[in-house]
Amino acid sequence: MSAAGRNLLQKVWDAHTVRELPGGQTQLFIGLHLIHEVTSPQAFAMLREMGLGVRFPSLTFATVDHIIPTTSQRRPLADPLAEEMLVALERSCAESGIPLFDPASGRQGIVHVIGPELGLTQPGMTIACGDSHTATHGAFGAVAFGIGTSQVRDVLATQCLALARPKVRRLDVGGKLSPGVYAKDVILAIIRKLGVKGGVGFAYEYAGAAIDAMTIEERLTVCNMSIEGGARCGYVNPDDTTFDYLRGREHAPEGEAFERARQSWRGIASDPDAAYDDEVEIDGSSLAPSVTWGIHPGQSVAVDECLPVRRDAPLDERAALDEAFAFMGLEPGKPVAGVPIDVAFIGSCTNGRISDLREAARVAKTGRVAPNVRALVVPGSQSVAREARAEGLDEIFRAAGFEWREAGCSMCLAMNPDKLVGREVCASSSNRNFKGRQGSPTGRTLLMSPAMVAAAALAGKVVDVREHL
Amino acid sequence: MTATAGIERIVGRGCVLRGDNIDTDRIIPARFLRCVTFDGLGEHAFEDDRAQAKGDHPFDDERFAGASILIVGHNFGSGSSREHAPQALMRWGFRAFVGGSFAEIFAGNCTALGLPCLTLEEDDLAALMDAVVLSPEHEISIDLEARSVSSRAGVARAGIPDGVQRQLLGGSWNATAVLLEAGDAIEATAARLPYVNGYPR
Ligand code: SF4
Repeated sequence: MSAAGRNLLQKVWDAHTVRELPGGQTQLFIGLHLIHEVTSPQAFAMLREMGLGVRFPSLTFATVDHIIPTTSQRRPLADPLAEEMLVALERSCAESGIPLFDPASGRQGIVHVIGPELGLTQPGMTIACGDSHTATHGAFGAVAFGIGTSQVRDVLATQCLALARPKVRRLDVGGKLSPGVYAKDVILAIIRKLGVKGGVGFAYEYAGAAIDAMTIEERLTVCNMSIEGGARCGYVNPDDTTFDYLRGREHAPEGEAFERARQSWRGIASDPDAAYDDEVEIDGSSLAPSVTWGIHPGQSVAVDECLPVRRDAPLDERAALDEAFAFMGLEPGKPVAGVPIDVAFIGSCTNGRISDLREAARVAKTGRVAPNVRALVVPGSQSVAREARAEGLDEIFRAAGFEWREAGCSMCLAMNPDKLVGREVCASSSNRNFKGRQGSPTGRTLLMSPAMVAAAALAGKVVDVREHL
Repeated sequence: MTATAGIERIVGRGCVLRGDNIDTDRIIPARFLRCVTFDGLGEHAFEDDRAQAKGDHPFDDERFAGASILIVGHNFGSGSSREHAPQALMRWGFRAFVGGSFAEIFAGNCTALGLPCLTLEEDDLAALMDAVVLSPEHEISIDLEARSVSSRAGVARAGIPDGVQRQLLGGSWNATAVLLEAGDAIEATAARLPYVNGYPR
């Protein structure tokens, strides 16, 4: 018998196992189900077709984020298709008794921003949402999965999912991050190192001194992009930072219940002698601000590096490299600093929280948006927007020439009117640089931290944010 | 709940789509997600890639018209969790996917729709792609029980996880029905979880 302890994933998995299914999958109970307007209407339709209702409406919460316009959230929404989707969500929620955080509630926002800020996301939970960035919630020590619409139906009907238990890879990020290096740079470096499919079959446990030192918001940024590394979920063990964040949140336990909760949360963290299927070490102190130059999030370089050249790339990566260079119109071997941009986007579930806006505003304060650049700041939620306004950040951005918008996903995926045009290049604080991601089939995306985006907006090109700090 | 017949074999012509890391934003661009049903998604599969290729895309290649098996590279279906992607491909006419590897959420979504995703070893995949490009008219046969893909390139051993194979063979890919069978065990599990019950004393 091995004496090894258990890691968080094992503990949470065991606690939520309803039964083992034939063929190696587990029927796993889902403690929190978050839904939004894009992936749920079809699921409700399937449910109706099967003659079933929502089994645990009290564990289900809804918001509207992907299609919401950011210029005005007034109803009816200007886009009739968007309005139709919101109406469908409203109807399904009303029929099933599911709370909907709509624009009128003052709590609307990107699903992965509002779950944490409302205290819905708590350590030790299993969480599912019809959205691949659900891993974000792992920052609290929850096991959170992105699922498809048929699985949304499964959760609505049974509060369960049939899932195979992932292996666990511990990513130990040691050392201390240098000034100007952010959580975004940590996760971009991890994906660059392990590749966009390196995490398939794994849950990522982010640990080490650099992660321990992070705030919850920074941990959310790291966990958010787990899926970009191929891992379906990623988490950080809960600690005092987690508990302090949760205290006093709207849906967090109160008073004595909070103390009892804290006991239970401590207990679900990985044991010090826990075993892992794989372990990888990364030196946080050696990291620099990162920029993606290609068409998937693994194609990044440090801002003071040059773009890769074909002959240095492994044989099996050369075709991908050629495709990326052809699409991006960039030259191999040239420095990434200096690449001109047309648009700057600060927002998304990766980097649309208050701390992100504060860092970007610090940079924005030092200059004005370059004449040919369109720059957008889109808070991740109404609550983030309120906080930012209270601190005067909206004024700082406006004074520097940024547009200050309402909360939503916006130009992260351009399901609303915020889109790139033609071959525009966008410095973006979001998580995906796929072809066409930002609304123009030929539009180009450079991912980076929000402070780097702000710096690029002022310079009109990719620059090293460390020069501003 | 009516039982669905299982899938043992899929026979049809192939369509070769080369390239790795083809993400779901490319399979179905986000603007087509502004809908409340999956109907009508089929015609928009790979719309932006096809427009940029100006007709030189496998989906516009007449020789592949009517194909029901899509042959792809590595990490196919990465990115967004949108089930709209396999829905669009299914509505285009595909019944199965054969490739180097598949992104996890995409493969899970396919299973939920009864669409098998099978993986091949590198050499076998290259040989299959070449054989289909050379003679697109010939029929490929996927045997789920035997885990094999037969074509003019020969019989290749294919990978598919045990649980998924069982669901497809047994016609039980609609997980809702399977999960419902747990009955009260679901409520019993909920009753054990402190957070579901307000962290009781
Ligand atoms: S901000 Fe972007 S990645 Fe996040 S949920 Fe919205 S669309 Fe998805």
